[in-house]
Amino acid sequence: MIVANGKPLEEIIEVVKDHRKILVAGCNECVTVCEVGGSKEVGILASALRLHFLNQGIDAQVGETTLQRQCDREYVVGAREEVEPHDIVVSIACGVGCQFMAEEYDTMPVVPGVNTSFMGGALERGIWSERCQGCGACVLATTAGICPVSRCAKRVLNGPCGGSTKGKCEISKDLDCAWQLIVDRLKSLGRLEDYETLAPIKDWTTDRAGGPRTRVKEEVAS
Amino acid sequence: MRLNYPVHVRIIRVPCTGKVDILHILRAFEKGADGVYLVGCMEGSCFYEQGNFKARKRVEHAQRLLEQVGTGGERVQMYNLTSGEAPKFAQYAREMSERIMALGPNPAKLAGAASAAPAKGQAAERGAA
Repeated sequence: MIVANGKPLEEIIEVVKDHRKILVAGCNECVTVCEVGGSKEVGILASALRLHFLNQGIDAQVGETTLQRQCDREYVVGAREEVEPHDIVVSIACGVGCQFMAEEYDTMPVVPGVNTSFMGGALERGIWSERCQGCGACVLATTAGICPVSRCAKRVLNGPCGGSTKGKCEISKDLDCAWQLIVDRLKSLGRLEDYETLAPIKDWTTDRAGGPRTRVKEEVAS
Repeated sequence: MRLNYPVHVRIIRVPCTGKVDILHILRAFEKGADGVYLVGCMEGSCFYEQGNFKARKRVEHAQRLLEQVGTGGERVQMYNLTSGEAPKFAQYAREMSERIMALGPNPAKLAGAASAAPAKGQAAERGAA
């Protein structure tokens, strides 16, 4: 899922303070699962904003809505009746959802209420960890299912580097060395000899370095 | 024991403090409450194991948010006691009541009253016109 962090409330208040009809829009997908942008968090943010305006003696309306998916035009278009009566939308979906809302409602300011961080999963409730950087050319088959691109600080493809100590990365004692994990898992798989195979230089043009990406699936695209 | 506690404390019974959501706390302030406190079982004695710990975390979250919006985080508190500690229940009610009396009314009510009543200068101008 896409993992995000809530923006500081002061930052959101600073952006919306001059508006009087504010819509807080959440998303039922990734940001709901990472407990930052679902209907629950919409309620909390909207309530906090209402209290802010009440405390200032300002008569402002703060509406709440949660779309099934903000990254899908059909749901974004479907929210028109809820969006249009307002004069600003605070989107607490990921950056994709926020942009889809902005693209659809071209005369409506749409601002983010979260900082979108990474693609990852939950280690336990309340703790998420990065697992993918969307490099566009997956190497997991040769790295025992552990991604050196997202989990190694240097994205080293033939690791570990000299900064690996007792299984930890030099950037943090709490961070596992991805290559230690890869070697350990190759051992458990009985494939340690694969470690000797050098990975070729990676083609980064499929990564963000090749510019913004578009994927077309010919079978379904009209 | 027929213990007394301040009359302006309104009790809402819940099966466990773990049932209390941060939205319940925030909405209470939106509706004009001057303070909210949760009274849960002693830590480590929750029938549902984690209920009062979850409640404490929610109270702390509410405190941070209320501080940021200008309501004041001290208006929300969490207390723990056992079901046999009626005097402590009354004591916590008095403590909370005194705390809120010292803080004054919910700022939203004050701001609402101020914006509803025209300022003296404005009234005078209207009168002159």
